[in-house]
Parts: sequence; C-alpha cells; structure tokens
Amino acid sequence: MSDVTTITDSELVGLETVHAGRRRAEWIMTVQEAWGMGRTKIGVGIFAAIVALAVVGPWVAPYSPTEFVGLPFSPPSSGVWLGTDYIGRDVVTRVLYGGRTVITLALAATLIGLGAGVTLGLITGYARRWLDETLMRILDVVLAFPQIVLALLFVSIVGPKLWLIVLMVGIGHAPRIARVIRAATLEVAQRDFVRAAEAFGVSRLKIIFSEILPSTTSPLLVEFGLRLTYSIGLIAGLSFLGFGLQPPAADWGLMINENRIGITVQPWPVFMPVLLIGILTIGTNLIADGMGRALIGIERDTGGT
Amino acid sequence: MATAMTTDPTTGAGREVVLTVEGLTIVLDPSGRNIDDEVSLWIREGEVLGLVGESASGKTTAATSLLAHQRRGAKISGGRITIDGRDVLSLADDELRTIRGGLISYVPQDSSASLNPALRIGTQLMEILEAHDFGGSGSEREKRLAEMMSEVLLPSDHAFLRRYPHQLSGGQQQRVAIAMAFANRPRVIVLDEPTTALDVTTQAHVLDTIRDLTRQYGVAALYVTHDLAVVANLADRIAVMYAGRIVEIGTKQELFEAGQHPYTRKLLSSIPDITGERALKGIPGWAPRPGQRPPGCAFTPRCDWAIEKCSEEFPPVDGPTSEHRVRCWRWKEVGAQPVETDVVLRDRSLDACAVAEKTVISVRDLFAFYQHKETLHDIDVTLCERRCLSLVGESGSGKTTLARCIAGLHQHKIVGDIEFMGKPLARDARDRPRATRQAIQYIFQSPYSSLNPRKTIRQILAAPLKVFFELSRDEMEARMEKALEQVALDATLLNRYPDQLSGGERQRVAIARGLAAEPTVLVCDEVTSWLDVSVQAAIIDLLADLQREMGLSMLFVTHNLALVRSISQEVAVMNEGRIVEHGGVDAVLEDPQADYTKKLLSDTPTI
Repeated sequence: MSDVTTITDSELVGLETVHAGRRRAEWIMTVQEAWGMGRTKIGVGIFAAIVALAVVGPWVAPYSPTEFVGLPFSPPSSGVWLGTDYIGRDVVTRVLYGGRTVITLALAATLIGLGAGVTLGLITGYARRWLDETLMRILDVVLAFPQIVLALLFVSIVGPKLWLIVLMVGIGHAPRIARVIRAATLEVAQRDFVRAAEAFGVSRLKIIFSEILPSTTSPLLVEFGLRLTYSIGLIAGLSFLGFGLQPPAADWGLMINENRIGITVQPWPVFMPVLLIGILTIGTNLIADGMGRALIGIERDTGGT
Repeated sequence: MATAMTTDPTTGAGREVVLTVEGLTIVLDPSGRNIDDEVSLWIREGEVLGLVGESASGKTTAATSLLAHQRRGAKISGGRITIDGRDVLSLADDELRTIRGGLISYVPQDSSASLNPALRIGTQLMEILEAHDFGGSGSEREKRLAEMMSEVLLPSDHAFLRRYPHQLSGGQQQRVAIAMAFANRPRVIVLDEPTTALDVTTQAHVLDTIRDLTRQYGVAALYVTHDLAVVANLADRIAVMYAGRIVEIGTKQELFEAGQHPYTRKLLSSIPDITGERALKGIPGWAPRPGQRPPGCAFTPRCDWAIEKCSEEFPPVDGPTSEHRVRCWRWKEVGAQPVETDVVLRDRSLDACAVAEKTVISVRDLFAFYQHKETLHDIDVTLCERRCLSLVGESGSGKTTLARCIAGLHQHKIVGDIEFMGKPLARDARDRPRATRQAIQYIFQSPYSSLNPRKTIRQILAAPLKVFFELSRDEMEARMEKALEQVALDATLLNRYPDQLSGGERQRVAIARGLAAEPTVLVCDEVTSWLDVSVQAAIIDLLADLQREMGLSMLFVTHNLALVRSISQEVAVMNEGRIVEHGGVDAVLEDPQADYTKKLLSDTPTI
C-alpha cells in the first residue's frame, strides 16, 4: 500500500531543491557544496600551497640540492636561512626540492589503489555467492598485513624501486577501498533499476560500470581523499626507512632519516619536512572530509529513493 | 469557524466539542514557506473526523501539531489548538509531557518502528500507565492493562505480555499501539494512517476496533489518511486537505453526496470502484509540494472550474451550512451540479474485443522456492492474447513471485513450466533469447527504485532501445519521444533526472521504458501502490488504453481488489502461494466461490 502519503523529515528539509529546473552535473554540485564549507577551503589552500611549493621550489631554490654550502649542521645564518644538513647542504634548497616525489608517488599509488579497489568492490558486491566469497577472502589475506609491512616485504625482496613502492602502497589500499565500494554496491545492486537492466539482458560488465558505478561516487570521492592522506604518510615513511629515493636525492622522508642524529644541535632539516608532511596530510584530510560531508548533504536533498 | 455546540442531527445531537483547531499555520523553518495554512477543524466527543489528503498535502504535519509537536524543519507559526478548553500551544514543556499520552494520544503509521524492539510489550504498556500515574496503584494498573488488551482484542495472559514486538504480527503490533494510545483514557486521539501497512482483512478488524473504542469512551478521533474508502467506512465527518489547506469539511453524507469543492468531487471519482460500474478517472497533474504551491487556490492548475480570480486569491470560508464548510469561489455552481454528472460509467463495449483466443503465456505445475522454502505451490495460469489478467492477493501471497518468475527475475529455484508462445522459458531472463526478453516487459512497483537516479530520462529510455534495436541517433530520439508521448509526457523531460519528476511522472517514464521495447506482454507489479489515488486513477486509465490500442497482453499484479474491474477481464486470486480462484472479473467479483475471495471482498473498503 502507499507509503508516500506523508512527507518525511528529510523531504521537508530538501523540498526546496526538487523541481529546481535543469539539474547541474552531480560532481559540480558536490564541489560547490564542499567549497561552501570552511574546512574545504582551508584544506584546498594548504594542499595548493604545498603543491605549489614542490612544483615551483626547484626554480627558486638558492643553491643546488647537492651543493655544500657550509659545515655540517651549521645553524641558520644569512644566506643559509635554515642552516645546513648533516653534510653541509642548504636545508631550504633541499626542502624546496624534496616535495615532488612524495606528492607524485602518493597520487600515483592512490590512483592504482582506487582503480583496483573499485573494480574489485563492484565485482564482489554485484556477483555475490562464490565469486564474492573467494575474492573477499583473498582480500582479507592482504588486509591482514599492515600496509607498511606489506610494502616492506616486497621492497626488501626486490629492492628499493620507486615503481614497486607505488604499486605496493596501491595494492595495500585496494582491499580497504574494495570493502567500502562493495558495501555501497550491495545496497545499489538490490534496487529495481538493476533488475530492470538485467531483464533487458544488459551485460553484467555494463550493469556494473554504467548502472552501479555512478551511484558509488560518494564513497569513492571520500576514499580518494582519505587514501591520498595515507599514501603520503606511507611513502614518506618508506623513504624515511631508506626504501625510497636514494641519497644524494632530496626527499622529505629521507631528510628526516639522514638528519635525525643531529636533531639536538640543528633541528631544522628534520623539523621542516615533518611539518610539511604533517600539514599536507591535514590538508588532504580536510578536503576528503568536506567532500564527504557535501555528498551526504546532497544525498539527503535529492536522494534516489 | 463555527465551533460551538450544535444540534445538527447528522453529527450526533449536540455532543460536546472536545478539540478545536483555528487558523493553524505551519511553515518550513528556514524559508518560511507554508506547509499548512489556516487549518481549522473541530471534533466532538465520540466522533471520528477523517483528514483526507494526497502526499505532501500537509496532513501528517497538521495532525502531529495537535500534540504541539513540531516536526524537524517545520514550525507552528500561528493559530490555536484547544482541547477541553485548554490552549495546547501555550503549554510549557513539562505540561505538554503530561497531556501527551494522557489528554491526547497518537497512533503512528508504522507501529513496528514505534514500539521499542528491546522491551517486552507488557513492559511498554505498563510504562505509559506509570508515566501518567494511572489509577495511583500497581494493582490498579495491572487491572487496566488486562482491560486494555481485551479492548483491542488481544490476549492479556502473562505469556503474551512477555513477548517482544517482533514476535507479533503487523496487525497485533498496531493493536498494541492502539492500546497504548487509549491507555490513559484520552480525550483526543490522533491516528496517522495506522492501517496503511496492513492487509485489508487486518485493516478491517483494526478499523472496527478504533470505531468501537472511540464511541465507547467518547474520544474525539482524528483519522489521517490518503484513502477515502477507509474514511468512508470509519469517519462521521471528513475534512479534505489540498496543498496545506482544508478545502472542504462536512459530514460523510454531505461530502460524498453533495461535495461542493471540485477537488472533493474529482477525488471521489478517482477512487477505484469494486462494482466496476463507474470508470476510474484521474486528476491530471499532481499535488504541489510546499514551496511550489501556486498563489491563490492551489488546485487551480488541475481544476476544470478555475476562473481568473482563483489564481489570485484563496477563497474565504463559506458553505451551505455552518457545519459544511468549503473554500472555493464557485462552490455554489459546483454544488448545483448533481454529483452523478461527474461519474462516468465504465464503457463495457471496450471489453468486448477481449475474447480469449490465443494463449500467450501459460504456467503449468509451477513451484517456486525462496532459498529452500517453497513459496509457490502448483500454480496453473494462462494469459491470453490481448487480455488483461489481474493477480490479486495480500502481501506474502506470492503474487509478485509469480510475476517475477514470468519475467525471468526470480533468483531462486523454480520447478515446473512457464511457456511463452508455446516455447518453454528459461528461469533467468539472461538465458532467454533476445526476442523473448523484448516481448515480455516488466514494470516495477516503485518508480523511486526502478529508475537510476544518476541517469537522465534520455539515458534511461535508451537502455532498451540499445539492447533490442540497432538505431541511428535520430531514430533513437524519435522512438524516445514517441514512448513519452504514449504515456502522455512531454519530450522536454528527456534531459531531466528522475528526482526532478513527481511519483506519477516517474511511473510513466518506467512504463515508457517498457513500451520502448515494443513488447507483446506487459507485467505490471503493483505499479500504483506508491502513488496517490488521483494519480493512480490516471495511470490505470493509461494502462487500460495502451493495452487496448497496442493489443498488449497484460498481467496486472495488485493487492487492491477494487482496482481489478477498472483494468482487467480476468482475475486470479492468490493466497499463501496458491491460486484459490480464477475466472472472468464479473464472475469472480459477483459470485465468488472460494471462501478466501469472499472474505477479501467483504473486507475491501468501499465508498
């Protein structure tokens, strides 16, 4: 019998948006909604500032990253604003050079994880039964390893290759993303529009990517921001452990490792990379949070059912 | 509005007015847009007032505000509510707590959601007596508890009271909710569609209980519903709400026999008629939601009687008597027309073309399972060319399972034969040849779930065209426009998303999607159960026309026996996974053979 005869609370709140003429694309609505929140503005500001620093840095750096400009661990002075590192290179220069790898590798790893995780999540969520069971148990095995241990395991076997780090961080993300997407898929897959497509005989692959995927954009965008945050931490961590770029390359993670012995006499070469990595992860996290909130808001206002 | 004691013979000789609502106005909180506007009504003791309205008419918001409750996002911005002379809206919070559940009580739509699943029902019933300190002593309350249970015809033994809500049936849960509402002998009781989720048989019993209790204890009851047929059986007086305003209020006889407002009359003719004498007539368009209501009288765009003045100013309260009030500029002219002129008799000649000739679908010895449980037992049924077969049954009767088996959507084991044009059908639609998938189209119950919210109407309609035909872009576009035209929708909707459409429009799009495949068989699964009556009537009308014009064979699944005659030539009645009766509609409805059909017929509310 009819259930639509009463207005629900959420409808009351969202009424104003219905019938509002031609609807804008959903992602634009989401971005606009997210942009309206202070947290997103701060997050984007931080992220943009640090990315700009990493991109522009090498051009404005006062020295070459491998140039010796003074004694090891010399304190800040004029021309060498943050002093020198453990073998006497300029800290400002090394900081300006050292962000590129972390940001690029983190983005690449996140995209790999997202691609694999979304595909697996959609397949397991839609297939159910034996395929679901088999894939999810395999993913559980991957999930049982802490992400950094998983990456370390392979890197210590094959050697410190950048592509391997990216791949292993991505693979570590995949089961975590897959679980989230699978949960969203399970809910969407039981709606009647999926039954309708099945009754027409639309292929399974097309149903997964054309009917179900668009309805999982909400968790997907949030996951992207969240996993990017983790990627930055992991990749910086791996290069701190010496599995990333090798000396004499400039890299934030590596800088922390190289200079930690002198932290009491010359803290800047450790403190600056730590600060920048910290701020960067806070920035990406704020963006993810803003997007998540915006999507929940949009879901409530125009919700499919 | 007149609220004093009156001695109108039709409304129960001068009984005391218990509840008075004057000029109640409720607005959406941030925007100030009206949900309810100048709602005025009054109820005497022992009287049931039916508050009837379509979705988003503001009836539930108005009803819950009688308990001085403001729904989230809504605010009471004006008016007076008086119960036994007490001004409810001026009470402080702690005073409100004592009158809620005491002086005035509430029965929600879905009792399974309002009962606490973690507490035994005896505990919950006792709680409400204790909260209001009923009788003053424990033994007194025990006595009252037993009495309450017998009033709502439930056992009051210890074992029953120790049950949890999930151990009760839907009807029993609703009875418990009613017992709770009547527990402290309230003066006013607000019932918010309490039977919507129940089967007709259970509904009939629950309605009887409500009627008896209000009479017996002299309670003033407000019964909120979208279903005029239900109030016709239950209420003494009826208030018709449209777009947040009461457009007409009067006794049942006054409204049914001499309705003065065009909306009242239209609403009546859109109620399905079980006798099938009357044709079903919908109201074009849909009821506007708060915030989109046109100025003046909100019914103007759907009204045949509309004049210029209607869209400028909302008419004042007027009407033939002080009890029968109406808000329409032209009520005198509307009222002067006999009600019968709005009734269009069913054109029986249209049925003549439908003579059983060729069998299109035949189901033989069909057993279906849900996991390991057998849910359909030994089903035999045939669908003939150009005929419509209604499949009627209550929830859980297996009617949807049968429809899904035919459409190839049943995902569990089936045993037996389903043949289409003499050839056996595979269980899963994917394993059927393309021509068969194209020939059998399925329309889902809820248009809120069957259309992908992330796709435009163009993308939605393109799906069957891409699968079944190889068309150029222009041909596709032309087919889509044609499909929309068949369901009386404008081609400009193609760029919209489903959430920009009303429920009725969505269901039309779903039908258009089925038609775009150019089927020969249409399986309609409860396609109107999510829609308002006025929209339901329009959809039924559309389906009947399409079936005739396109020569479709149709399987029409419904729980509403009253709809059957408006659309089909044959009917099969299902109960507990079996077909208990099968035959021509007139034969089955006029001379039912199975006991179950007889019971269903007598329990279906009619006007």
